[in-house]
Amino acid sequence: MSDTTPNPVVDERIKAEPLISRLMKRPELGAIAGVVLVTAFFLITADSAMFTTAGIINFLTPAAQLGILAIGAAMLMIGGEFDLSIGSMVAFAGLFFGICVMVWGFPLIVAIPLTFVFAAFVGAINGMIVIRSGLPSFIVTLAFLFILRGLSLVGLKWASGGSTQLRGVRDATENDWLAPFFSGDAFPGLFAWLAEKGLVETFKNGTPKVSGMPVEILWFVVLALVATYILLRTPAGNWIFAAGGDSNAASNSGVPVNRIKISLFMVTACCAALVAIITVIDAGSTDARRGFQKEFEAIIAAVIGGCLLTGGYGSAIGAFFGSIIFGMVVIGLTYTDFDQDWFQVFLGGMLLIAVLFNNAIRKRVTGER
Amino acid sequence: MSDEFVLKTEDLTKHYGGVHALEGANFELKKGEHVAIMGDNGAGKSTFVRQITGVEQRTRGKISLYGEEVEFGGPLDAREAGIETVFQTLALADDLDVPDNLFLGREMTYWNWLGPFRFLDYKGMRQATIDGLNKTAVKIPNIRNTIRNMSGGQRQCVAIARTATFHSRLTIMDEPTAALGVQETAQVENIVRQLKEQGEPLILVSHNMRQVFDLVDRIVVFRRGRICANLDIKSGDYTGEDVVSYITGAKTGEEYMEHAL
Repeated sequence: MSDTTPNPVVDERIKAEPLISRLMKRPELGAIAGVVLVTAFFLITADSAMFTTAGIINFLTPAAQLGILAIGAAMLMIGGEFDLSIGSMVAFAGLFFGICVMVWGFPLIVAIPLTFVFAAFVGAINGMIVIRSGLPSFIVTLAFLFILRGLSLVGLKWASGGSTQLRGVRDATENDWLAPFFSGDAFPGLFAWLAEKGLVETFKNGTPKVSGMPVEILWFVVLALVATYILLRTPAGNWIFAAGGDSNAASNSGVPVNRIKISLFMVTACCAALVAIITVIDAGSTDARRGFQKEFEAIIAAVIGGCLLTGGYGSAIGAFFGSIIFGMVVIGLTYTDFDQDWFQVFLGGMLLIAVLFNNAIRKRVTGER
Repeated sequence: MSDEFVLKTEDLTKHYGGVHALEGANFELKKGEHVAIMGDNGAGKSTFVRQITGVEQRTRGKISLYGEEVEFGGPLDAREAGIETVFQTLALADDLDVPDNLFLGREMTYWNWLGPFRFLDYKGMRQATIDGLNKTAVKIPNIRNTIRNMSGGQRQCVAIARTATFHSRLTIMDEPTAALGVQETAQVENIVRQLKEQGEPLILVSHNMRQVFDLVDRIVVFRRGRICANLDIKSGDYTGEDVVSYITGAKTGEEYMEHAL
């Protein structure tokens, strides 16, 4: 072995791959294909109103609320853990937020950070139990699914004097300067201007049919971008993939696996808190049933987006598109002649097709045995 | 001069609760020397490795590296001090590509003020990876592929390339070929020979008698948590059978008699 000088010829180790085959390897491929498929389906079957600005915003709004959860869930799944308690966490964080505003009378600038800190704390407890006990996170967070849901009921009855709803949040937050960041529509000026130019549909009197972009959609997009940046461009992202792929190997390499996992539980809980804050301010009330079964929908969106249940593989962009598929199916059916009750059949079928597709593609392009 | 020794442990001991996995190990490794650690399952080989690589915290004893006493809080400390380890279970993340794996836990970055959210320097890592691979003459396919697609031998080569990339001062291999085929084993052994030529010190944990006699200068045998023999095999005084009898307990090195069990 005398020849240790670098070979001047470009060797196969650094050969650039064709773009197509590089794209085929991305986990979110299935979700993007799914969006195309579902769009095609509704273009054929649904009323054309679905793909007007108003229609698109209509299905993006539920997609965004789910998507914020799904992005958190996807990062946690890549890190190799589950959180089944995020649905209940939405109700529980909503309750805490409601109490902050209604019972203690805090302004949003205090109530919102406090809610995040509280949610992160509950997430950390979740994570700590999983790490310390070595039990599967599935079981631990399943327990918290019920504990948090129950606590939300108990707490609501305490705070509201016997009801399972706490009303009046809207009146209390209406004039708060922070409220527009978490509720209502953004960029009304832009939409008015677009209407003037005739670029979006308007009512007869000239006001746009859509008065602005619901803020949760902005949060959803920003979160997807931030999560993708973290996953693909930072050491923290590498550590998340490594911790999920093989936590033993990762900690042998010096990756702080426990810290990463607990942080991910905290982030996921904070995503739930964000959804809670947005929905509570928007609806003006907090409700013990809020976020019911959202944990499963979030996991579905993440899995459609290419996340593996075994961890170490997945993407936030995939979860983003998975959530959009979800929103399209929920809302899209109302634009078709199908009975709304088909929704669950559709959703389950979508999940199955997406997983089969993702699996087949992944095996083919990676040459996995 | 104490710094003719790359690694020196004195009275290195590890108890897991009541189990004495490692008891009073005095071990020395000279510059440029390749030493094999042998012993039955549960003899304390891997425990020994885990203490000197900072994966676990020892119960008592001293470890010095190049004459300086060291205290590792975790595996990263050991790696920063220049100890590179190739583990029995590969320490590789399946879904990251080769550079990401080489640099896992100590990524090259810029904008470091962003803490864990700083930017990865992909270009720099790729270049360093290529240099490291050239140094070890490791042949693997496109380094941008994820580790998942690679054969066991290629994976092990990636793990070994880490040592070359980081200019390690001591390489430890914990059964590097246990899971490999014949050709892949030969590939790994070639890399070991190359490290020898370059004068890189190495500790090799292995069960493979042929391999050990081929590659190393000296064998240290562990039995029931204690070192029981220190055999200079280059002298030609020892055969594989001798080594086996030390491993099984039929013989014990003279200097270790007082603790013989």
